[in-house]
Formats: sequence, C-alpha cells, structure tokens
Amino acid sequence: MGKRTDISHILVIGSGPIVIGQACEFDYSGTQACRVLRSEGYRVSLINSNPATIMTDPEFADATYIEPLTPAFVEKVIAAERPDAILPTLGGQTALNLAVSLHESGVLAKYGVELIGADIDAIQRGEDRQKFKDIVRTVGGDVPSSAVCHTLEDALEFAATVGNKIVVRPSFTMGGLGSGMANSVDEVRTQVARGLAASPVHEVLVEESVFGWKEFELELMRDRKDNVVVVCSIENVDPMGVHTGDSITVAPAMTLTDREYQHMRDIGIAVLREVGVDTGGCNIQFAINPADGRMIVIEMNPRVSRSSALASKATGFPIAKIAAKLAVGFTLDEVSNDITQATPASFEPALDYVVVKIPRFAFEKFPGADPVLTTHMKSVGEAMSIGRNFTEALGKAMRSMETKEAGFWTASQSAAGRSNQSSTARDFASVDELLGIASVPTDGRLYAIERALLAGATIDQVADATGIDPWFIDQMALILEVGESLREAPAVTPDLLRHAKRHGLSDRQIAALRPELAGEDGVRALRHRIGIRPVFKTVDTCAAEFEAKTPYHYSSYDSETEVVAQRERPKVLILGSGPNRIGQGIEFDYSCVHAVMALRDAGYETVMVNCNPETVSTDYDTADRLYFEPLTFEDVLEVVHAEQQSGTVAGVICTLGGQTPLGLAQRLKDAGVPVLGTQPEAIDLAEHRGAFGRVLDAAGLPAPKHGMATSFAEAKAVADTIGYPVLVRPSYVLGGRGMEIVYDETNLAAYIEKATDIAADHPVLVDRFLDDAVEIDVDALYDGTELYLGGVMEHIEEAGIHSGDSACALPPITLGSATIAQVREATEKIAAGVGVLGLLNVQYALGSDILYVLEANPRASRTVPFVSKATAVPLAKAAARIALGTSIAELRAEGLLPRYGDGGDLPADAPIAVKEAVLPFHRFRTPAGDQVDSILGPEMKSTGEVMGIDRVFGTAFAKSQAAAYGSLPSQGVVFVSIANRDKRAAIFPVKRLHDLGFRILATAGTAQVMRRNGVDAEVVGKFSDGPGNIVERILAGDVDLILNTPFGSPGNSGPRVDGYEIRTAAVQAGIPCLTTVQAAAAAVQGIEALIRDEVGVRSLQAHHEILAALVAERDAAQLEADR
Amino acid sequence: MVSMGAARQGAPAILVLEDGQTFLGEQFGAGGETFGEAVFNTGMTGYQETLTDPSYHRQIVVQTAPHIGNTGVNDEDAESGRIWVAGYVVRDPARRVSNWRATRSLTDELVAQQIVGISGLDTRALTRHLRERGAMRCAISTQDLDRESLLAKVLESPPMVGADLSAEVSTRESYTVPAIGEHRFTVAAIDYGIKTMTPHRMAERGITTIVLPSTASAAEIAATGADAVFLANGPGDPSTADATTAVVRELLERSTPIFGICFGNQILGRALGFGTYKLRYGHRGINQPVQDRSTGKVEVTAHNHGFAVDAPLDAPTETAFGAVEVSHVCLNDNVVEGLRAHDVPAFSVQYHPEAAAGPHDAAYLFDRFAELLGERASFATGMSNLGEPR
Repeated sequence: MGKRTDISHILVIGSGPIVIGQACEFDYSGTQACRVLRSEGYRVSLINSNPATIMTDPEFADATYIEPLTPAFVEKVIAAERPDAILPTLGGQTALNLAVSLHESGVLAKYGVELIGADIDAIQRGEDRQKFKDIVRTVGGDVPSSAVCHTLEDALEFAATVGNKIVVRPSFTMGGLGSGMANSVDEVRTQVARGLAASPVHEVLVEESVFGWKEFELELMRDRKDNVVVVCSIENVDPMGVHTGDSITVAPAMTLTDREYQHMRDIGIAVLREVGVDTGGCNIQFAINPADGRMIVIEMNPRVSRSSALASKATGFPIAKIAAKLAVGFTLDEVSNDITQATPASFEPALDYVVVKIPRFAFEKFPGADPVLTTHMKSVGEAMSIGRNFTEALGKAMRSMETKEAGFWTASQSAAGRSNQSSTARDFASVDELLGIASVPTDGRLYAIERALLAGATIDQVADATGIDPWFIDQMALILEVGESLREAPAVTPDLLRHAKRHGLSDRQIAALRPELAGEDGVRALRHRIGIRPVFKTVDTCAAEFEAKTPYHYSSYDSETEVVAQRERPKVLILGSGPNRIGQGIEFDYSCVHAVMALRDAGYETVMVNCNPETVSTDYDTADRLYFEPLTFEDVLEVVHAEQQSGTVAGVICTLGGQTPLGLAQRLKDAGVPVLGTQPEAIDLAEHRGAFGRVLDAAGLPAPKHGMATSFAEAKAVADTIGYPVLVRPSYVLGGRGMEIVYDETNLAAYIEKATDIAADHPVLVDRFLDDAVEIDVDALYDGTELYLGGVMEHIEEAGIHSGDSACALPPITLGSATIAQVREATEKIAAGVGVLGLLNVQYALGSDILYVLEANPRASRTVPFVSKATAVPLAKAAARIALGTSIAELRAEGLLPRYGDGGDLPADAPIAVKEAVLPFHRFRTPAGDQVDSILGPEMKSTGEVMGIDRVFGTAFAKSQAAAYGSLPSQGVVFVSIANRDKRAAIFPVKRLHDLGFRILATAGTAQVMRRNGVDAEVVGKFSDGPGNIVERILAGDVDLILNTPFGSPGNSGPRVDGYEIRTAAVQAGIPCLTTVQAAAAAVQGIEALIRDEVGVRSLQAHHEILAALVAERDAAQLEADR
Repeated sequence: MVSMGAARQGAPAILVLEDGQTFLGEQFGAGGETFGEAVFNTGMTGYQETLTDPSYHRQIVVQTAPHIGNTGVNDEDAESGRIWVAGYVVRDPARRVSNWRATRSLTDELVAQQIVGISGLDTRALTRHLRERGAMRCAISTQDLDRESLLAKVLESPPMVGADLSAEVSTRESYTVPAIGEHRFTVAAIDYGIKTMTPHRMAERGITTIVLPSTASAAEIAATGADAVFLANGPGDPSTADATTAVVRELLERSTPIFGICFGNQILGRALGFGTYKLRYGHRGINQPVQDRSTGKVEVTAHNHGFAVDAPLDAPTETAFGAVEVSHVCLNDNVVEGLRAHDVPAFSVQYHPEAAAGPHDAAYLFDRFAELLGERASFATGMSNLGEPR
C-alpha cells in the first residue's frame, strides 16, 4: 500500500513533564516517531512542554513548540502550523486526551486536521469501561462483573453483590490515578469517593475484585490492512492488585501453556479489531485465575504505552517506530525488521532469553507516604535486565536498582519488607511472621521472600502468602539454594562459581557468602584467574533463526559470545543513568544521547551501557552498540573487557549520566580503564567538602560558614559556631537526598539520628543556611584553559528550596552584568581549581550582595537540556568532545559552540525561558489515607519539569505554570495566607492582583495587613476554625489561586496543620498553590500577560533564529568597537 | 572444538553433531543414547505439542526458549499418543510445575517415555551453528561420553534426506473422528503423521474424518465414500514417497477435492509435477509470517518443515492438472507455503493451520475446505467426489 501521499505535514503531540505513570518512555516513542516521519519526507511539527526530552531537540522536527500541553495551546500551534494530520498515540494519555478534546471542541474540523494512528470512536470504546466490557463479551471474552457508578450509593449497592471485594477505577485517568481496592464496606466508601474525585467526568467503574489472580499483558500492533501481530507477552510476577507499573514483570510469559496463550492471543486480537484501533500499538491486560484458568480481560490502551517501551526493548521490535510508519499508511509486511534487515515486521518476535523489569520507588522522599503497593502506581522509574534464564535476569535486575541492597544476601534485615513492624520483631521473626510480611506487596518484597524461604518456609507457603506463582517462587528458591550451597561448600571450586554466575549471583553476592574471598574484588580476581567471564548475546527478535545486523547485547554466563570485532574506529563507552528516580531522570539520558550523537559524528564508535528501558539511550538506533546491562562496577567492567577484545577502547564517559556512573569512575580508573573528561580525583575534590573548601579558599571565594560532623556532638558544635538555621546533608548525594534545613538543636539531634543510617561512611555536612538569598544555578564548560558559561539561571524561589524543585529563569531576570561577571569569574576559578574537563554545575547564593558558593558538581546537571534549548547551544555534545580532547576554541571554530561570547552574555532582548518543576504529591497518601504534605524543602521531590519560553518573563512564567499545573487564572478568587516574615514582601503582589480585579480571601492576620494597605480582603477561617473554613471553600471550587507561605521550618513538624490542609486541598482541587512570595510576584506578571492576551506560540527554531540574529548583531557591534 | 556447558549438577550428557561440534550438558529425561537430525524450534509455548508431533520423528529438537517444562504435562494437549522426538535439548528445565491443568512433570514424562535429553548447554550457540551449517545428524548420550566414539556413531546413522518415514508414524488401522454437532461432510485423511488437532478442526466444521494409514491405495480411499481427501503432515523426505505421490495423482485425475498440510503439501506438489528440496535449517516455530497472495493479508503461522516445494512464485504453472499457483509464501525467505490448483479442486499449505502449538490465524483454511466441500455438494448432489476419473 505504501505511505500516504495525501498528507505532507504531521503534528506530533508529546506527553509533557515526567510524572508518575508517564515517564520518558514517551520521549523514546516520540523521538522514534519524529525520526521516522521525517525520514519518510513528511514535515513534522511537534508540541511538548518538556525541555529535558530528546524529541524537543530542534533537529528532530521541522518546528518544535515547547509550549503547554493544553487544548488552547495546541490549537494555537495548529493555527500557526496548519498541519494535515495529528499523530496522538505516541504521547501517552496526555496526547490522547488532547486529541479527544480537540475533536470534541471542533478544533480538528475547523482546521481540517485529520487524526492518524487513532480513531476517536475507538479511543472512546477503549476508555469507556462499560463499552469496553461489552466488546469483550461480544467477541467471546470474559470480564469481571461490574457497574459504572456516578454516586457512592450506586457503588455501595453493587459492592454488596460481590461481597464488598471490589476494585475502583476512575474513567479517563492514567497510571491508575484514583484507583484502589476495597475489601469491606468502609473501604468501599473511601475508595469510591477518591475515584469519583479523580475522574474528570466523575465516573468510576466498580468491579468484582480479581485480587491475587495471575496478571498478563499483550502488546499488539495492527496495520490498515488489518494484519495483527503480538509483539510480546508480559507476565507480572506480582499478582493482580499491584499496578502493572509497580509490578515486577517478566517477558515472555513463563507459566502459560500454548492453549492458554493462544486463547489470550485470540481474544486480544478480537478485542483490538472490535474496538477498532486504527493502526499502531495497543496494550491489553488479562487476569487468569490460577485455580481454574478462567481468563478475563482487564483493560486496553489504544496507544503506545510504558509497556510498549518495555516490550520494544525486550524484543528488539521497535513498536513506536513501526506505529509511526503504520500511521502514515505502511503495512507490517512493507516495514522491514531493522535487526535482521532481511525479514519483515509482520511476524511475532521469538525470545531465547528472559527479561525482568523491576520498578524503582522513591518512598524515602515522601515520609509518611504509605509504601504498600496497590492499583495506584507509585514507582518513579524502572530497570530492565536480560539473562539467558530467569535467575540470571532477576539477579541483574535486582542489582540494577541501585538501592542499598543489590540482590539476595546483600540486604540488611531492615530492607526485607519495609513494613511497620519494629526491627527487633523482625530479627527474630518466625516463618509465619515472615510470611505475613511477605504477603504485603511493598518495595523490597523480594527480600521478604528471601527471608521467609531462608527461614524454612516452603515454596507453596510463600506462593500462597504472596499470590506469586510457585514457579517464580521456586526460581527464587533456586537462587538461594545455589548461594547456600556455595556458602556451605568446603572450598569454592570453578564449577560452583560457574554455577553461581549462571544463576545471576554477582561478585558482591558471592563475596557476601564467602568472606574469605576478600570481597567483591577478590571474587572478581579469582573468577578472572580461572577464566569465568560472561559472554555477550544478541537481542535479535528471532531466537537466532536469522542473523542479527544490530549489535544490541546483553551478558550471560554461557558459552559463545557474539561481539563482533571492530578495529577501525576507537570506541567510547557512555555510561547511562540507570532507573529513573527523583533527582536522576531523563535529563541525564538527554546528555548521554547527545554525547553519542557528537562522538559518532566525530568518528568514534559509540557504545552505550544502560539498564533503563524507558529511555532513548537504550534504543538500539541511538549508539553504534548497545549493552543492556546493570550499571554496577562488575557489569560495566565486563562490558569494557568485551569491547577491548573487540577493538580499541579510547575510554569511558562517566560524567553525563548523573551520580550512577560518577560513582563508578574512580574504581574504573583504578582498574586501568581510561576515564574520559573530568577525572575521578577532580570529582572527589568537588564532592569532598573539606577539600572543596580549600579550593574555594585558594580562589578567594566565599561559602556559607560550614563544618563537617560524624556525630551529634560534632554537629552541635558546628551549628553553635556558625549559627542556626543550618542546612544539613550527607555528602555524595544527588537530588538533595537527606537534606534538611534545621532551625534548632532538637531537630538537629533528630536529623543526625536518621542520617547515620543514610551514609554511615560519609560525614554529615552542616552549612549556615542563607535566609532570603537569591539562588543562582550555572552550567558551564571548561577545557583546562577556557570557560564557556553555558547559562546563568536565577531561581524564582529563594535558597532553601532544592534547585530541582525550584522554578528558574534564563537569562536571569534581576541579575546585573556585574553579578554575572562575578559568577563567570568564580565559575572559572572553581573549574580550574577542581580540574574540570567538560561540564560543571555550580550553585550560588546571592545574599547581601555577596556571592556565596553553595556547591559545585563537575558533571552534567539536570539543567543541561534546559540551558541547551534556551540558548541554542548543545552543551552535552560539547562536553563529550572536550572529554576526548577537543578545546573550546576548536569547538567554536567548528561551529558546535558560538564563535564569540557565551550563555552568560545573552543579548538583552533574548527570549526568556522559565523552568518549572512538576511534583507528584497527589500520588501519595499516608497509610491512613491522608494526602502527604506538598511543601517544598531542600530535598528534591519533583519528578519532572516543563519549560515556558517567550519574549518576556511574565508570559514565559505563565506558560510554565500552564504547562505544569494548568493555566493561571485571569480572574476570580485568590486566597492568601502569609507567614509573618513574608508579609511585607507580599503586599505588592497581592495588591496588584486586587487591582487586576481578583477577589481576595485571607486569614485574619494576613487580611489585617492587606486592608491597611488598601486591599479589600475578606477574612476566611482557618481549617482549625471549623465549618465554612478555607479548606471547605477550596474543595468546593470557590478559589482559583492560592498564595500560602509556610510558617517555620519546612523540615519541622511544628504547628503547620493549617498550611498542610490548605496545600492538600489545593492539590485535590487541582488549582495553583504558590508557596513563596517570589513565585507570587512572578505569577502576577504571568497573570498580567494573560489578561493582556499576549500569550502566543513560537517554535524553538524561530526563537533560536531570533537569538542568532541578536547575537550576530551584538558580535558585529563588538567587532566594530574592537576596530 | 568443545564448547563448555555451564556447571553441571546432574549426570553428565554430551551432544555431538556430525561436523564434530560438541556440547556438554547434563542428562534431562531418560539416560541413554539417541540419534537423529538436530533441528531447532523457536516456539516460546507449546513444548508438549511439539514433543508429540509425529513430524518430529527421528529429529532431535533444540528448544531456543530457555525455560521448558514450566507448565508440566497435561492430559489434553498431546498431538498424538506418544512423544515422537528422537531427543530433546533445552537450556533450563523446570524444577517446579505450575499450571492448573498439569498432571505430571515434563521430566517424568520424558523418563516414562524413555526420551533421552540434554540440558544446561548453550542452546543459542547450538542454534546459531545449525543456522549457519544447516540441520545435521546428531547424537545425545549419557552413556558414551567419548566425543570421537560418539561422532563415529553419528556418521553411521541414517540421514534425513532420502528417509521415508510416514509408515513408521502412521496409524495401522483406520479410525473415525466424528463431526461435532451436525454432520455435513466426510473426509478421508491420509495419515503421514497426523496431529490430533487436525481432525478436531474439521470436526468443529461438521466434518467426519476417516483417518487412513499412509499406505492406503486410491481404491481404499474411494471405498470410504468420503467427499474429499485430506493429506496430513508427517516426517521424512517427500521425494522418497513415490507410492503416496502416485495415489494422490490418481485422486487428482478423479478431480477429488484435496486439502493438504505440510508433508501433504509436498506430496500434492510432487503429484502436480513440482520438485521438493531440503531447506538448510527449515522452518520450526510459531511466529512465521505467511502471506495469502489472494488477499495480501499476512497470517502468523506455525511451521514445522525441513523440506519445501520448488515452484515459481511469479506466475501460475501449467501442469498435467491445469494451472497451479503458489497461493501462500513465507515473507521471511520467500519459501513456497501453499499451492492452489485452478482446474482441479485441490489446495494445500506447507504450514499448520491447525496450530497446536501456534497461532490460529490460518484456521480459515479449514473454512475454505468446508466451503469447497459445500460447493461441490451443491454442484453434484448425490455423487461421490471419489467417482470416475475425468
């Protein structure tokens, strides 16, 4: 049939900021789509508010709009670009919902835009639970009994008919938001109320519970000739009841006979056809009753999903890429299989390995949040592993988590089932108690299973307690048997060692079992001495039936290796960032992918090592070679060895993937591996407070007064000397892990008690906290002689809020050229003093006209993609080249960096970019069902970010807010409650809002101040004041904007109940809640821009052209002046 | 060259290929010594069906999926009364069976049926070797662990080319599989190695199947009074099956409606005058894309064939029985996967529309067969299609 020639311009909709349930898998899918569509000759426009994505790099689309993903903004883009078609199935639920909304509002018809790859009726049939169930029944499938309810009463009535064991699923939400399970009348009430609130159409499906059944997924693809293939089957190790995003999953399915699998396939295909998915990918979930095989269909996603990304990486079948081709008219048999290059895509991949995915959680970031896993997704990332058997794959996945425990025998006892039981109880727990712990699905349940099995529980007992299929439990028991036999053997023989490696035991695990082997290094030395090394197999889609042309490898302890020699070009290994977590996400993948692109262009063979299936970096199309491997020292070293056997390894880049590879740099160097760019010693210099302090002293740069402590007594002495409040944190952290502002001695003592657990072998840093300072973030390049200031970002919130959670503006909006000169000078001194070769991120605080150095990180930072897009300069590409020895001067001459100037001296009229963080508070609840507090502090909590870019700050800020939280209001009611210290500063913005026509509600104290300043504020009661209070008003939808600055210390548990209730209500009501006066001032500017209706759209390419013209003008003037 | 297997925990076993390639592993199933043609199967489900498929007679099957035996063995899924593979090669046999229908473990079943197997070796390396060098003779032994001695025995074992095996797997007595529900037609199925699912698929469509031994003559077939003839799948080299081919030619002369599968496709092909040849390593799996050239649609199909029909793809061929076209083709390698005669009521496919194991995409072929019978019935009411030669 071939591609369609009646359309020539396609708009791709991205998925926006990274949130729980919608992560960088949609950057992977969107990037593939853009690549494919452009290579087929279509003009591609793109809209996505997330600057950290590869897809929003200007070279991936003809016109890239970093604009809010709201119907209004998408319409503006449509009006500006006039595309023929929209492809909405690769941007997650966000894009699909936008497409539905634009269809319903008539925008698509108005501009004559066609949806491709999707059919509105099919979307609605797939999303509408009742219609979907009818379809399943029509094609002969089975579904749980259920009722669609719009009221609590209806739900209670139905629940009674199925013994009150129900699941609640709100309509039109993603990632299981608002869904939950109930096993009693009381639970039915709570869950239904929550579900109704979460659904935009106030509708929930109440279903018979299939809790504890086996759970499976199929990934299917359909083309316009109605050819259908099943790309992958996925089996959840965790049974029904745990969201699939939070479940450990395995591909292919392990416990189905062919009859059962084919029945599932038949029903899946019939459902897909009946729903009428136009073309492209689709995911269908099934549950099977293990007792009698009854199979029911749970749900489908008529689009590319998180599971499709996993399935693509698991099979080598690139679902998104092929979905894009099918959307423009190709059929599966017309698309070739990239991996074999000889066979078509109209087949079903055969796997000769096992894939395991384990989710990564961040409960430590949300104290008080309930860690029990439910149908409501809570994980923030995932790692995938590939092994030649389940045991090997499971071991690799467990050590890919980068948690403290890295597989069986490495867990401290407290890691086994993070339940509420006291540690003393766990230490002497009986089999029954251990089974009880294992029966609760939590992060770390594998370790609870380990303990139960080691304590003597049988496989059937564990299977019964957990609902996990006994085949999987037996495999875990197998690992334990292998390890215990190694532990008990009189001597470690080569056969025993080989056997242990074959079942996935790491050197570290073996070292834990055999202390006499002198640790992990000893085990490795022994292993290498007797020649036990992994081989590298290939993911080839066809179980070796055809030759694979794509070097997509994974390690296994097997016989034959498939790494092909390549000796023409030197190789560079780029270490990725592992599973996404808060503080280390897509931004680092962006830098790694850029390094790959730059180094490939520069003539190197690029080798990517990573274990995150969501990313662009683990697309086999990205680097020349891909190793899907855990980012542990052992695994990376074996990849290096394999590549050294294959050719010449120029070195390894550790500075672009965040803390994960950075932590490996020194050990790799010690093992003789060339580390490129900034050396481990320099990294250590910057990380080590004492040494870094000496660098600053030598350079004459001030830092906040500080000290280090390894005990409470020492910490108290430091704090007493430098004065409270102090900022305390462990050394060597990313994302402000464990960081708190402490206002008094009591809280300091409490912090130290907790902190010893966080970093036993690293001291705690105690810094004077600078109240009211302006925080400045800098990304720069240094080559040993020249500094290139990439960008200077001014935080909108004051110091004390983690930089990752703080909004910031670039170019800085209030800093003068003298300050920037000061920043440039300080950055250069730090870069030289530390010995940076590549990227450097420095955080400064400007207080009372003194520029304090807060910290320096000699690596790619979270802001690199933001800065690169705001200034049109590819910083990560430049950093990769510097790491290989190219100077900044040479990069300027080559054109990769601007000929003159840098990101610190942007022209005055340069576009302003605002970055805003996106926070996941609505995802977490306490065990009692309350929302966790949404207050910001020095510990990072955001999962993602958005960018607003425009000519002036107000508009850019308004866009950033619209992208993150939905639009700022241009009229309505503002509620104001301000801490005493902020009252003076708040008067101006509140008065301005009042003058703009907003009605002002305020708590008594705030209202008094406002009235004295001519603001007609209405007093409203606090939450503690009882009926009619502000929380009720917010929940009733009477308030459009909240300004609430917290009282006292954010890290404290003082009398902050009122503030907590207000912020929680804001999260529930989905209205913007500003927690700093600075943010309020910025919001006022944004609201003014909205009222003046100045908010238009402009592509990044157009912004960059404007910037280039301004820079050229500036440079010409400079040259003129020099002459 | 000797490839080391992983650490062995059970009794040692050895696999030697006729080119000398050797793999060490451990005993899986029965101990002993066995010979056959080494072939690989890429199906990720359906080992019970594979083991009991008579087409695998005299073959040593390598499963590329590493975990085999997870769902045990049940009383419903076998495709014949016994395991036919000559030997079984897997990487990681299940220790624990988990399926509500399972009645016993695969290991126990292999032991009970005296099937010699080997596990714990690099099955992917073996598969890649077979892919590059082609399917070849092979031995597995737990008795003679001496490579040279076993290799000598392998070289003395009979090759697959030239092997006439239908009689070894075929039923000796005819039997009838009744239609499910209303009886519409009767079909005589020639058992070259038929699978249980095939008559079942016909029965679902109101067809009563009379299964006849592979040696059945045209007269014996006619004597059944069936409306049509089905040519089953089966093991061996079709070029040796001259007698069988002659029978089919006779049926064609009588314009008997014929539907053939796998070996049946090859026999029909030979009867129509085409040649057959051995593929390097064959098609064995349940993920093969086959295009129905009449509709352009692609079906994902189950395959198990080491031989193929040699027929031109570009245009119909004039044969003694009129024009014959290649109706189906495998998109992976353009191998002929189906034939359709224009002037006589005969068609066949090289793959397995009855699946078991495998996807059901091609089940429509049984509908086509039933439709063909329906048309014939209305065209010639009361006349047997096995009547006079035309």
